[in-house]
Amino acid sequence: MTAAQRTTVIASACLAISTLACILLLRHIDEIRPQATVDDALFVNSPKMIRRASLGFDGMMACIYWTRTVQYFGERHFNRELTYNELAPLLEITTTLDPQLFPAYQFGASFLAPAPPNGAGEPDRAIELMKYGIQHNPNNWQLYYNLGFIYYTELKDYKKASEVFEQGVEVPGANPLLKVLAAKMAGHAGDRATARLLWSDTYETNHDSYVRQNAVEHLRAIQVDEDVTNLQSAVTRFGERTGRLPASMSELAAAEHLPRIAVDPDGRPYKLTPEGRIEVQNPDDFNFLTKGMPPGYKPPALPKFHDHTR
Amino acid sequence: MSPRMLYIAFNTFREAVRDRVLYNLIAFALLLSGAAIFVGQISIHIERLVVVNLGLTAVSLFGIVIAIFIGIGLVSKEIEKRTLYTVLSRPVRRWEFIVGKFLGLAGTLIVNTFFMAIGVFGALFYVVHKFSAPDALILVALYFIILEFLIICSLALLFSSFSSPLLSAVFAFSLFVIGSFADDLRGFAALTHGATRWLATAAAYLVPNFSALNVISAVAHQQPLRSQLILQNTLYALFYTAMVLSAAVLIFERRNLK
Repeated sequence: MTAAQRTTVIASACLAISTLACILLLRHIDEIRPQATVDDALFVNSPKMIRRASLGFDGMMACIYWTRTVQYFGERHFNRELTYNELAPLLEITTTLDPQLFPAYQFGASFLAPAPPNGAGEPDRAIELMKYGIQHNPNNWQLYYNLGFIYYTELKDYKKASEVFEQGVEVPGANPLLKVLAAKMAGHAGDRATARLLWSDTYETNHDSYVRQNAVEHLRAIQVDEDVTNLQSAVTRFGERTGRLPASMSELAAAEHLPRIAVDPDGRPYKLTPEGRIEVQNPDDFNFLTKGMPPGYKPPALPKFHDHTR
Repeated sequence: MSPRMLYIAFNTFREAVRDRVLYNLIAFALLLSGAAIFVGQISIHIERLVVVNLGLTAVSLFGIVIAIFIGIGLVSKEIEKRTLYTVLSRPVRRWEFIVGKFLGLAGTLIVNTFFMAIGVFGALFYVVHKFSAPDALILVALYFIILEFLIICSLALLFSSFSSPLLSAVFAFSLFVIGSFADDLRGFAALTHGATRWLATAAAYLVPNFSALNVISAVAHQQPLRSQLILQNTLYALFYTAMVLSAAVLIFERRNLK
């Protein structure tokens, strides 16, 4: 073997070993410093300053900040953290850098307004974000939809929601659903059918897995609320007719001509308590429930999300 | 280590000094002393934070600029001036030339960093009037900055071994920027699927991870650093440097110098 060949062999071996060692070491380093990514992100949290500092590469910076937003939310959600304090500034920076980055508005509509632990609990900033989006994208009807959605779901301000949906109808190419929603808001806004319509549409028109999971959780809760209301009415009717409470769900189903023993969205039969209350078997499996929980039930601090979107 | 390599290293260092590279220290001293006086007057309760952040950032940026702009000319300049033929006509192997050049540039940067570190501690003392135990963490940050320099020197040398100085500068600077966003690149890889995931993950592991070596803000906030991180970062920087130098040696060994 010549000296040059020997050098080549040694350098090649050195290259291979070093590459392998670098990859292994990086994996260890990542384990040591897990929180580094986003905590460092907001030393500068002025969107305008970041825009100036981007030296015209604001589109690229917007993509980086959008990735960081998703990482931030995903990481905290995965670690079951209770707060999302940096979510609003991250979304504001992202949309200032690129006001046309529509997924950021959709994400904000779903997770900025709801109270912790389901969101950042900042409905005012969510509304500001949507208004900013509408200002820069006046021809995007979905932003009106998102704004009305926040007024409806978080603030229960049906009048405002109706006004916003009405404005959205005026946008060329707007989804006809907006007209329906505007009318529903003006009339009987608080009903379950309207809520189901909104969440179903959110699920169908979004591609973001977190937004879709959130919609699924709301739809599950709406289903339980509806089932419990119907079953509770059946129990009341049974009591009025017989003067006693049904002994079991089977007896209730037979007497009230229910097609089958009612089950919750997870396929578990609803419980009939000796006091005649209808309850879900495991309320911890449902977020956003308003009915079907035992008296004095406190939901867990950390909600459980079900992945129905894959 | 062969004495031939040490001669090349020493000459590289001497050449850098003759090229007035260390004159950057004057600019650095002016920047820091000006900042120390200015910060003392306008900052409220964050004087230390500003001086440490500014000082360490300046050390890092000055060093990176020196590493890139000297590193890219280490081989190409020798070819252009035809001095390389004189060196290689003696009993000096090509790999010894590459490693010697690397050691010389790394030595220049270490000396430069040493003087800058004195400047940082001087400015800090001027602003806060006393040193405290957590200030020792600044030494760790400086050590990580030197590790960063080792990687950049090796990258500049790698590009210099096969490309023109201008392109080498562009490549080295681009890798520095990409390496600073290494965490984001890995985050991006985690969000993708299929072949994109594999490609993004491979790219994320191949680019230098400068974000792990950047502890300036943690040190400015006096946050303790784990000894494991110091050890792992040291090993990572050494292995990465070895990897890039090996690639540089392999390329330079095959390069036709006629």
